[in-house]
Amino acid sequence: MRMNGERKFIKGNEAVGYGAMAAGLRCYFGYPITPQNEIPEFLSSALPAAGGEFVQAESELAAANMLLGAVSTGVRAMTSSSSPGISLMQEAISYMAGSELPGVIVNMNRGGPGLGDIGPAQGDYFQSTRGGGHGDYRTLVLAPSTCQEAYDMMIASFDLAFKYRNPVLMLGDGIIGGMKEPVTMWQPERPADHAEAWQVDGAAGREKRLIRSLRLDEGELAQHNRHLAAKYEAMKAEARAECFLTDDAELVVVAFGSMGRIAKSGIRKLRSEGFKVGLVRPITLYPFPADVLETLAAQGKRFLTIEQNTGQMVEDVRLAIRRHADSEFFGMMPGELPGAEDLMAPMLDAVRRK
Amino acid sequence: MALYQDVIMAGFGGQGVMLIGNLLAYAGMDAGLNVTFIPVYGPEMRGGTANCTVVVSDDEIGSPIIQRPLGAIVLNQPSLEKFQPRIQDGGVQIVNASLVDAALVERGRIRSVCIPVNDIADRLGNPRMLNMVALGAFIKATGLLSLEQVEKSLSNVIASHYSYLIPKNAEALRAGYAFREGD
Repeated sequence: MRMNGERKFIKGNEAVGYGAMAAGLRCYFGYPITPQNEIPEFLSSALPAAGGEFVQAESELAAANMLLGAVSTGVRAMTSSSSPGISLMQEAISYMAGSELPGVIVNMNRGGPGLGDIGPAQGDYFQSTRGGGHGDYRTLVLAPSTCQEAYDMMIASFDLAFKYRNPVLMLGDGIIGGMKEPVTMWQPERPADHAEAWQVDGAAGREKRLIRSLRLDEGELAQHNRHLAAKYEAMKAEARAECFLTDDAELVVVAFGSMGRIAKSGIRKLRSEGFKVGLVRPITLYPFPADVLETLAAQGKRFLTIEQNTGQMVEDVRLAIRRHADSEFFGMMPGELPGAEDLMAPMLDAVRRK
Repeated sequence: MALYQDVIMAGFGGQGVMLIGNLLAYAGMDAGLNVTFIPVYGPEMRGGTANCTVVVSDDEIGSPIIQRPLGAIVLNQPSLEKFQPRIQDGGVQIVNASLVDAALVERGRIRSVCIPVNDIADRLGNPRMLNMVALGAFIKATGLLSLEQVEKSLSNVIASHYSYLIPKNAEALRAGYAFREGD
């Protein structure tokens, strides 16, 4: 599917599907769960029509392991799910991290813990940014706040997954997944994936290869994990954040994804009333854009972190600014649909409290 | 002032609020504006109402969720009770006079256009097009987009196998647009 610059009015979930197609997706494996079902719904017709493979697996475990198998052959492949389903995939994600495989995983976060509810939530921040499964690993995590970003980030996700040979997670939520916006369908220049160096695609005429995460030889795992750590360190170059009206801000609000864009509306209104409030919206959650925050903290600004959970990213904010400042916190609960007014009240409290 | 309008459209499931929400957003996009559409689900659906929120702006749109809207299209009484108090002072609401008790409609603080959309749609020969009548009245009351712009976008939201219904839907839009209270 080649994209021609057309502007389509689509849900965030559909934007994920279109973005993946633009990025050259070849295989999708998934199992249905709300609120991300439009992703497999779209890809179940679009992907086979483009010569790709769409599999509705018998479970999330199966889907994630099929993804592991597909990316071992060096093709661009993905899965998507929502919170409880993503939990079920963690074993395979850990194995992909250990095996250095470029799987792309989309999580449209819903309420938890457990089965929770089907409303929007940001309770999977910890799971997403701390690896999620067992072992000492990280995934790259991108967080869209608009349907266009969902499209753009799918393209970035595949590029980054192959660049670092590491799983990439896109963390959206029920708001982004279910809302509609115009999305411009652009066709990226695709960088070389360089999978020839490691893919298992038949060993005729070359040394055989083994993709694995089991490393039993003495010192082998230690060496491997040091290599992974160096890779995660290199990933820090990918840290991204949007800064909105931060230059002269007295109070910097930190919020990601849907909460970031809703906070922005509140900030615009407070600005019109003369309050100097700005926004930092982390675009990458791992690597976390700590430098941006530390620079602002060193200028003497105060901080308020807003999330749709009881306080997760705020720990990363506090770590980033610890030499200069602390951050207040305001949390919405899963399923609550905050408008700008809901987020303005805690901003006003914080900006007035000198 | 930059162009900005938000609207909550609410009614019983089946009255077609999602369709006119999509239509308004499509027309806004086709007019070169930024738009968001969000259907509200989950706890908000309890009480038998379906609703969606549309934002149209020539600037970047932050929140797609609006607690205190500038506009509302209210197709049944539970929706009036829920959303009328939330409308901002000076805002506008289109109220379905066929189903809503006129005595409960606020006047003065907000501008209310009471229009019997069920009766008008019945007269046009298709009671299901009440939603289009309401959207026509909203376009007239706000001047947000031209009627032609909205009519043009009908083909984007009505599936091709129902395309024979487009002229009738356009007629319903025009009937709502032409309505004057007291008629």
